[in-house]
Amino acid sequence: MSDYQPILTMHAGQPGSATRDYYLANGGYRAARRAVLDMNSDDIIQMVKYSNLQGRGGAGFPAGVKWSFVPRDDKRAKYLICNADEGEPGTFKDRMLINHNPHQLIEGMIIASRAIDCHLAFIYIRGEFAKEARLLEAAVEECRASNILGKKIFGGKYDLDILVYRGGGAYICGEEMALIESLEGKRGWPRIKPPFPAIEGYLRCPTIVNNVETLSNLPHIVNNGAEWFRGIGASPDSPGPKLYCLSGHVRKPGVYEAPMGTKLTTLIFTHAGGTTEGKKLKAAIPGGSSAPVLTADEIEDLKMDFPSLTAAGSMLGSGGIIVMDETTDMVQACYNLARFYAHESCGQCTPCREGTTWLTKVLRRFTQGRGRMEDIDLIGDITDNIGGLCDFSKGSFGKTICPFGEAVSWPIRAFMDKFRDEFEAYLPKEEAA
Amino acid sequence: MSFAFTADRKKRFNALLKQYPDKRSAALPALHLAQDQEGYLTTETIETLAQMLDITPASLMDTISFHTLFHTKPRGKYLLQVCQTLSCSLAGADEIVDHLSHKYQVKAGETTPDGKYTLLKVECLGACDTAPVVQINDDYYEKVSKDKLNRILDKLP
Repeated sequence: MSDYQPILTMHAGQPGSATRDYYLANGGYRAARRAVLDMNSDDIIQMVKYSNLQGRGGAGFPAGVKWSFVPRDDKRAKYLICNADEGEPGTFKDRMLINHNPHQLIEGMIIASRAIDCHLAFIYIRGEFAKEARLLEAAVEECRASNILGKKIFGGKYDLDILVYRGGGAYICGEEMALIESLEGKRGWPRIKPPFPAIEGYLRCPTIVNNVETLSNLPHIVNNGAEWFRGIGASPDSPGPKLYCLSGHVRKPGVYEAPMGTKLTTLIFTHAGGTTEGKKLKAAIPGGSSAPVLTADEIEDLKMDFPSLTAAGSMLGSGGIIVMDETTDMVQACYNLARFYAHESCGQCTPCREGTTWLTKVLRRFTQGRGRMEDIDLIGDITDNIGGLCDFSKGSFGKTICPFGEAVSWPIRAFMDKFRDEFEAYLPKEEAA
Repeated sequence: MSFAFTADRKKRFNALLKQYPDKRSAALPALHLAQDQEGYLTTETIETLAQMLDITPASLMDTISFHTLFHTKPRGKYLLQVCQTLSCSLAGADEIVDHLSHKYQVKAGETTPDGKYTLLKVECLGACDTAPVVQINDDYYEKVSKDKLNRILDKLP
């Protein structure tokens, strides 16, 4: 393993690392104090823009650029929402960050709030994370008690409060517009963009939604500078520390912090100790279940950063890596994900609502040995109907209001195209002729 | 049966209304609070809460029916939620469901006749590194095996 020193998870596992006093004793809230007392909105936005910090929730959009879309001199209130609705299969880094270092997140939120002039921020945490929600509430309470949150924080002129909001159990609420609807107390149906939330989000006010890991990077950028941040990892265009989640058939599943651009094979074979029982690697999903699966051959030499994964026809997404060894039944795995998406489709757009159900039914038929040769083409048709043409070179997509359509179509299609022989092997004898 | 928050919860509900910029935004926290008190959300509870939030009961029901953590029917004292998504499935989640199904003689989605256990298959719980995962009420039990799960369940009051 390299000599990389963890940044985001530096204190993970230390006794008391979740408390304010531990955090303060280790240099905590210095960056927030500086952002509030000595920096203005422009300073922070310029710094984060230059750092090239890309959103860690999945889309990889540059955080500083996103903030710059918030209109200035707008009388409406501005809101910051931390997206802690972690539910992308294969992803469990935000939960880890919250459990081990909630104050790092709160400090990041103070910096981001200051950048967009927000005075009331939210942490939207998935409802199942009841323990983590309580932990965050306790951390917020500690901050209110010591002038880190509340009125005139750090003795300056700036007011900020944070509310912890438990969701109600819906994957789609990780999508920013659905999240905003749910936060407004409605069903989590994504809204059509534009207007983007930076212009019109929560209660029709300018709103920025940032992921837990994105926000957790901010104190380090303010403390060490954008230039330092750009120097971490393989490329200054997609830099920084990254939390990679390894699960599935590996010896040591878990969250591993490594520089952006670390090779996938290094993560699987060095960090996570290789495949369970040393079996042959068959495939890996590199960035949460919405990222198209890659075969063992495609993984060779692959760097885990946003541009490299896009070039490989997949995506870095959330950094959730699901490893599958040679014993994995790819038809069953594909069916499992189709069922997940059918359950989680919010039902607003017809192609997605109907299509995900059809996909699940057709794939179930395969797993029961009742597949038909023409089903292979049918699955292709359905995925094209939900997610647009699943051909990355044509870049044609967007038949649904939100990106869920692509998030289901692309991975299902990748399973079909790359492991077609396994699907054919499931056909009954008379069909397989 | 009419619904009212206990004194402590009423205080928390009023605090919510003060914290949020509009009343309706307090809907999910209020629903969690009510369900936590009552076990599930009855028509009366929904009607009362809707009134407290200044929205129609139908509108609140719309929110409730969308979010899977809210229940409008009685459920067992222990809600056994087995994650069945890919990483848990690769780690043997199906066997866990079969085991619980056999142990309590219920299918997924059903409650035991004594009202003690409800078995549910759920989608990704976001703890894939410790698969397979079972959530019992609010608590996660990770890296479970049949034996480990038996020990946990047999200790529940």
